[in-house]
Amino acid sequence: MKIGNFKLRHYINYIVIGILTLVLGTMSLTGTRFDNSLLFLLEKVAISIILAVSLSLVVGFLGELSLGHAGFMCVGAYLGGKVATLLVPMLGNGPLTFLIALIAGAGAAAICGIIIGIPALRLRGDYLAIVTLAFGEIVKSLFQNSSDDSFGGSLGLETPRYDKHYLFILAFLLVLVTLAVIQNLIRSKHGRAITAIRDNEIAALASGTNVTKYKLLAFTLSAAFAGVAGVLYSYSNYTVQSAKFGYNYSIEILVMVVLGGMGSINGSILAAALITWLNTKLATVLTGDLAVLQNLLYALILIVIVIYNNAPALKGFRDKYNLGALAEKLIKHDPARVKDDKAKWDVVPTKISMDEILSVDLVPQDHDQGGSK
Amino acid sequence: MEQIFSTLVNGLSLGGIYAMIALGYTMVYGIAKLLNFAHGDIIMVGGYLIYVGMATQMPLAAVLLAVVGCVVLGICIEKVAYRPLRGASPLAVLITAIGVSYFMQSMAQIIFGSAPKMVTVYDFGAVELFGATIQVSSLVTLAVATVVMTVLTLFVKYTRTGRAMIAVSEDNGAAQLMGIDVNRIITITFAIGSALAALAGLFYLLKAPAVSSTLGAMPGIKAFTAAVIGGIGSIPGAMLGGILLGMIESVSYKITAIAPYTDAIEFSILILILLVRPTGFLGKKRREKV
Amino acid sequence: MMAQYLLETQGLGISFGGLKAVENVSLKIKKNQIYGLIGPNGAGKTTVFNLLTCVYKSTTGKFLLDGVEMKNLSPDRINQKGIARTFQNIRLFNNMTVVRNVMVALQNRPEYKCSILDSVLRLPRHFRVEKEMRAKAKELLRIFGLEEDRNNLACNLPYGKQRKLEIARALATSPKLLLLDEPAAGMNPQETEDLARTIRLIRDQFDMTVLLIEHDMSFVAELCDEITVLNFGTVLAEGDTQTVLQDPEVIRAYIGG
Repeated sequence: MKIGNFKLRHYINYIVIGILTLVLGTMSLTGTRFDNSLLFLLEKVAISIILAVSLSLVVGFLGELSLGHAGFMCVGAYLGGKVATLLVPMLGNGPLTFLIALIAGAGAAAICGIIIGIPALRLRGDYLAIVTLAFGEIVKSLFQNSSDDSFGGSLGLETPRYDKHYLFILAFLLVLVTLAVIQNLIRSKHGRAITAIRDNEIAALASGTNVTKYKLLAFTLSAAFAGVAGVLYSYSNYTVQSAKFGYNYSIEILVMVVLGGMGSINGSILAAALITWLNTKLATVLTGDLAVLQNLLYALILIVIVIYNNAPALKGFRDKYNLGALAEKLIKHDPARVKDDKAKWDVVPTKISMDEILSVDLVPQDHDQGGSK
Repeated sequence: MEQIFSTLVNGLSLGGIYAMIALGYTMVYGIAKLLNFAHGDIIMVGGYLIYVGMATQMPLAAVLLAVVGCVVLGICIEKVAYRPLRGASPLAVLITAIGVSYFMQSMAQIIFGSAPKMVTVYDFGAVELFGATIQVSSLVTLAVATVVMTVLTLFVKYTRTGRAMIAVSEDNGAAQLMGIDVNRIITITFAIGSALAALAGLFYLLKAPAVSSTLGAMPGIKAFTAAVIGGIGSIPGAMLGGILLGMIESVSYKITAIAPYTDAIEFSILILILLVRPTGFLGKKRREKV
Repeated sequence: MMAQYLLETQGLGISFGGLKAVENVSLKIKKNQIYGLIGPNGAGKTTVFNLLTCVYKSTTGKFLLDGVEMKNLSPDRINQKGIARTFQNIRLFNNMTVVRNVMVALQNRPEYKCSILDSVLRLPRHFRVEKEMRAKAKELLRIFGLEEDRNNLACNLPYGKQRKLEIARALATSPKLLLLDEPAAGMNPQETEDLARTIRLIRDQFDMTVLLIEHDMSFVAELCDEITVLNFGTVLAEGDTQTVLQDPEVIRAYIGG
């Protein structure tokens, strides 16, 4: 369906989430009393979606691995939570306080995103992954050791309580904002530039793409929305503890992106919702030592999906039994989407990928290969 | 003075452990061109195998079990998880490696429970040196690490297999054309790295007699830091980086004001070095061919 | 007044850790020429391309495009100044469709300016620019006979078409000078013939100047107005194609001895 420039299928995810928000929001506002655990789950789902979609921008579209997404969220949660705590006595616990906290949290996380984005310009792949991991640990450690009256130290930061019957509405509105920004960005010339950098950085440069600008943009935007998720988290949880934002949480977000299919926003949304729901269900079933089965599941998801999608030997199999392609036939050809089922990494020429890992400098060292072929 | 001396010995022995783990990272990275994220967790498996082997009451048997077990595990991981992805993008391999790391941690927790297991391998006691009380185990660690690294350096330099390793790390394709069995070399590399990790597990148990499923996670990441500081792919670099990191950590723990920030300091150093000198101190520059 | 040469390099050279890969290369290419850069393997031809596209920084010499010295530029800036290239080992955006490959190159032109805010807020400019770019990309693809393939993924194209797409992408940046690195490599005689026709067409229709590296001597002889022969990083001979190709020195460099 197409009305002028409006292509319905491009906006299907806004519409579904929008209708959901509208219906549940109206019900809640007109007096329907939802179960508190359901409200909490909705908030968590919204937070996860924001995290997964924003991480997907860096991992799925820019093609760099970030293992510190929880670190950005942590910055947002602490800064946003702190600002809210300070503002509540002055402005009351209303939308205005929330908005200012949100801007503060997202802004602080965005600044961290720029700081991490700078190494991203020089480092590739494995090194960058380690830098982001290190960043996450540094942030965690700094907040953990903060003084009691600044960020609460190891006990955590107490944050204002917000009426649960409104919070999930705000959370879903923020999901819509996240989608609007990231999805619109990706489906534009800027998103095309980011994807081009993922596919072949040298060719992107040679085509006049400002790689520096777009890498920084992707990292900053991704971090900013992780910060938004952090502020939401602080409102949803009343208390922010740095231990929560460790490596494991970053991996959980990565699992959502991988499960959803790299480079697929809708996939990330579905996977985020699924995994968050599953976590809550499993938390009641798997108690004590059994809780670790959940981690085992994550591990298997990562290994199996990545090997299945990337192993050169399985290429024939993939082409034959391709769920994505089947779905595509059923729906309609959608050239605007970067095809997640085809977003294979194995098509990057292997000869380059070897060197790319360590292509950290452009200082000429060995002599060129001339016209050898 | 005693303080300084004991800090020095602690730093050196810790550095020796980091160096051994870093060697595993650096060799695998140099030869298979992948960051084996699961390497740290092999230390943990080594720790648990020693715990299991100590049922025999024979420390040497336990250590042997750990080394053999880890070697087999390392080879299996390479065959099952990494080999199918050879030629795929680094990102895919990296994510799989993270999955493998996670898998091992969860399996260990399922098998042994989440509570740490106490295991005393051998009590070397302590000696008085220059007025400072020094754990003999630290000295043993230092001695073994030195011997192992010397042997490894000689092995790489003077044996046929060792030279083949250098060839593969220089140019995989050319090495293959020269008749080197690249798969075999990669398998051997994983085996050596895993054996070193098992030994590192032993030394961790000598330092603190408890093993849990996350024993290897932090040391693993730090040892990677050490490998990067020294220059990834370089064996002397891994040793240098390991010792340096061990010293930094042990000094930082001694200064009360910054002790809680030790991890943050080490990681900040990593980020700084990667920014200023991405190839580390002894690493080689590489450049993408256009 | 227009510069006498579109591209002029003066004593261009680079050394890698003491090894002089390219030394004292001076090229003079007139506007609208098809100029060949030939030489045995390892002669430094691709290095010259890398110098001209600022992938490497030259250690000696300089080069002028249309009379203006190009210095201290990043590869993306030099592209915007008017030098576009293709690669010896094809570098396409494999996971993107053919038309998008071209659009990535088109979108850096000033006439398709559209800020991040325009795109995120979906302001009218975004839609207008996208529409114009798509039309322009289609037009370019038609010239290369790739219009039918425009919604296929670049990696699914046959080899010959991938080479053509790379040229189309380079042209999309509307360069003054087009560098082609072994455009005919791996093509059969039929495809090579076709390619020669396309390159001439580009020259005539886009008023383009082309500098190409090629090993196929009949291709070079048929297509190039002038050539320069490189050997061991230095210029061995230069001038009119027919004359140079019959130079005994050049023949010796090629057959060895």
